[in-house]
Amino acid sequence: MEKLNIILNINNKPVDVRITPNDTLLEVLRDHLDLTGSKESCGEGVCGSCTVQLDGKPVRSCLTLALEAEGLKVRTVEGLADGDKLSPLQESFVNHGAVQCGFCTPGMLMTADALLQQNTNPDEDTIKKALSGNICRCTGYSKIVEAVAHTAHPDDQCPDCASGIKSCCKTKE
Amino acid sequence: MSEYNVVGKRIPKIDAAQKAMGRAEYIQDVKLPGMLYGKILYSKHAHARITRMDLSKALALSGVYTILTGEDVPEKMRMGFYKDNPPLKKDKVFSFRDEVAAVAAKTPEIAKKALELIEIDYEVLPGIFDPEKAMEKDSPLVHENTKSNVLKLPWKLHYGDVDKAEKEAAFVVEGRFTTTWVTHCCMGTSGAVASFDAADNLTIYTNTQIPSLAQKDFLEALKAMGLKNKRARVIKPIIGGGFGSKLDTYAYEHIAILLAHKCRKPVKIVFDRPEEFIATSTRQPTVTHIKQGCDKNGKLLFRDIRMVLDNGAHTSWGATTPSVMMMPITSLYRVDNVRYDAKCVYTNNTYSQAMRGYGNPQATFAIESNIDMLAEKAGIDPIEFRRINRNHPGDVTPQNFKITTCGLDLCLDAVEKELRKSGTKEKGVGIGVASLIHVGGGARIYKSDGCGVIIKMDDYGKASVFTGGTDMGQGLDNITAQIVAEELGLLVEDVHVVHTDTDVCPWDVGAHASRSTFVAGNAALGAAKKIKAQLLELGSKELKTTPDSLMLKDRLIFVPGDPEKSMAIDKLLRKIHFSPGGTMLVSDHFFDPINENMGPDYKGNMSMTYTFGVHGVKVRVDEETGKVEVLEYVAAHDVGQAINPLLLEGQVYGGVVMGLGYALSEEVMHVNGKNMNPNFRDYKLFTAKDAVKIIAPVIQTPDKDGPFGAKGIGEPGCVPTAPAIANAIYDAVGVRITTLPITPEKVLAALMEKKKNH
Repeated sequence: MEKLNIILNINNKPVDVRITPNDTLLEVLRDHLDLTGSKESCGEGVCGSCTVQLDGKPVRSCLTLALEAEGLKVRTVEGLADGDKLSPLQESFVNHGAVQCGFCTPGMLMTADALLQQNTNPDEDTIKKALSGNICRCTGYSKIVEAVAHTAHPDDQCPDCASGIKSCCKTKE
Repeated sequence: MSEYNVVGKRIPKIDAAQKAMGRAEYIQDVKLPGMLYGKILYSKHAHARITRMDLSKALALSGVYTILTGEDVPEKMRMGFYKDNPPLKKDKVFSFRDEVAAVAAKTPEIAKKALELIEIDYEVLPGIFDPEKAMEKDSPLVHENTKSNVLKLPWKLHYGDVDKAEKEAAFVVEGRFTTTWVTHCCMGTSGAVASFDAADNLTIYTNTQIPSLAQKDFLEALKAMGLKNKRARVIKPIIGGGFGSKLDTYAYEHIAILLAHKCRKPVKIVFDRPEEFIATSTRQPTVTHIKQGCDKNGKLLFRDIRMVLDNGAHTSWGATTPSVMMMPITSLYRVDNVRYDAKCVYTNNTYSQAMRGYGNPQATFAIESNIDMLAEKAGIDPIEFRRINRNHPGDVTPQNFKITTCGLDLCLDAVEKELRKSGTKEKGVGIGVASLIHVGGGARIYKSDGCGVIIKMDDYGKASVFTGGTDMGQGLDNITAQIVAEELGLLVEDVHVVHTDTDVCPWDVGAHASRSTFVAGNAALGAAKKIKAQLLELGSKELKTTPDSLMLKDRLIFVPGDPEKSMAIDKLLRKIHFSPGGTMLVSDHFFDPINENMGPDYKGNMSMTYTFGVHGVKVRVDEETGKVEVLEYVAAHDVGQAINPLLLEGQVYGGVVMGLGYALSEEVMHVNGKNMNPNFRDYKLFTAKDAVKIIAPVIQTPDKDGPFGAKGIGEPGCVPTAPAIANAIYDAVGVRITTLPITPEKVLAALMEKKKNH
């Protein structure tokens, strides 16, 4: 197939890539640009591990052609932190024990981050629904849901933190 | 526990931040210069003879480096429990997952294309797919060199006098329970990168839970290839989930080694999702006939179990799961008379291996469902029935398990309290409980159950800890760091845990049997104690005092209450190192628990301590659709001492949801040996939408043998989930489902059957 050059905007930086038209966004991120934070787990858009944001919307990068991302803002998990400083959502994932093996984490974060951009006040059901396309085999989900809820409502401590049993809802220092 | 500074604290997983930033390197992300990509071709039939193979078209494809078939596999390169399974099959295939050829090519796409160009003719043979039918006399044989499909691997024990006890029993119930194939579904698929140096030494990057045993397998592979006295180095990238799936070495690893050696280039094989479903091993399916009886007061008198295991086409570790099933069979509750007889039977299905719980969930499903049936027949409340028969500290079970700490009674209390909180009974709502016993202090399956740890102190007060243990997301890195930091008066961030490389890490038998916290934790504690002794000895000279008057805390070494006699640990380390005749602080410790291999009668105290737990669940059953909704879930475990409650909850929550999948939705569907649902669309995993709020009371009964009193907790979360659910469904609508998973179809069919009979 004929190769072509395109410019993608990835994490607020323009990047030149030479692709074949059937390259997926995931292949371009991982194989051409060594942005391996986005993970492939099912390769058919079911598990959510490869989720990135296009203009703030969560998409499955394994089902998205790189060409479709031209002219849009691509945001990957590598674009969440500010250097080494974690975003509040990332920090909440860490503190709530929402990360075990971590393979689903980048996709979970990108989906949750997109939700929080859209809805600053999601209730638990909304969070669960938003994350229901992202599979996790380690955590049983509840700590992930807790981590997202805490990011949305940083002043609400979880009941255990309020009673001093836990310290997962660390107040911002 | 407040006397500890680091142990017992909710310290987030050490590598969570790098994982959350997308920086963690999994096998998928490993790339070596000049690396080729390998792909494996699988059989097109469940049982067939290979009559012709033509590789010429595939070899002619540009970018293809080599193709291997069964002919290229050295005679002694074999896998599995019997070491009788070659990584590529020659002449005959026995199941759909049998590997028949492998390609190395410049890109994964070319390798895939080459597989399509390989021509193979098969002569199809009759297959057998039902283990009970495979036991019949006229059944086709899976392996022509055997007389019967029943393996010569009988699992048989008989303690006490079951027949006599049955005659004496006031109440007897029996049942037939079946479990099917389910699979690990690690989010990171399997994979390996094999590479040889100029002198033919192997480095293999691979997802493994058994680095030391894998190294041994790979050394044997090198020997089989004629490469004598060569080294094998196993490097573990960050593992995208284990759950038992990485407890052996596999065809793809051996094939990567063969391809890399042939091409003299690194070769990477990573599974795609369908391949992960088809070509990795499942949980062992079972057919169980159980009979239990009690006296008029509810005292359990006997347990009699016959079991048939679908061995699949090749003998692997699934065939050894009865060794762990024996644990609940002989030792869950006090029961003096026990009989167990299990047969493993060859079929042309997939074969099974280790999966979280290793046989325990299957056995516990039958036992704990049947216990509820017995309690009902005896007219005793099911929780009370369990209380009557519970294990006690100091008990020695019929299998000679010595129960040290046992919080089963406290677990029952905690679950009962939570479940009974919300009083009145709605229609279609019911509660169910089920208990568990599991090894909590290692498990002597091999000759050694040991783990080595080396600690090296640097000049800055930091400790590098090289452990044989494996982290695969469960948090052994934290547990190790917390134990070492506690003992040496350091902070967790001062401890760097290395568990990734057999060139520097000591030996360990593997991350299995919920043994890592107990065994690798004790090894780390032992090594830290040796460093501590040296620090106190050398510090006493510097501070002009006696070693036993000194304490280590907050990075300081000091005499409590004497501000004059205090020094930073890093300063002491530099003094020790940079003085004339200086020294460096390094220690090692090998911890092998005092537990026993099972004897010929299967007796032996397999573990130094046992973990107990009780799960309770409230469900609502929709009588129109058969759908089961989990309303409340309580999972109480007796963990000894929680080293890190945050990670402990992670193990329990994750285990319970895996158990709920086992109970309600997950099933690898096979039709005549063919996997019909090798994808996440059709293999039904729980998602966030189904997430259940889990209350997880932690019962602490500090165990004298555990590190800071801890017992293992990796597997228990998924052990009693299915029977708890089945018991709750029975309580809700009066139907007893005896086959997993308990799908709405099965519940509905049972409800209709019940109506018909009334």
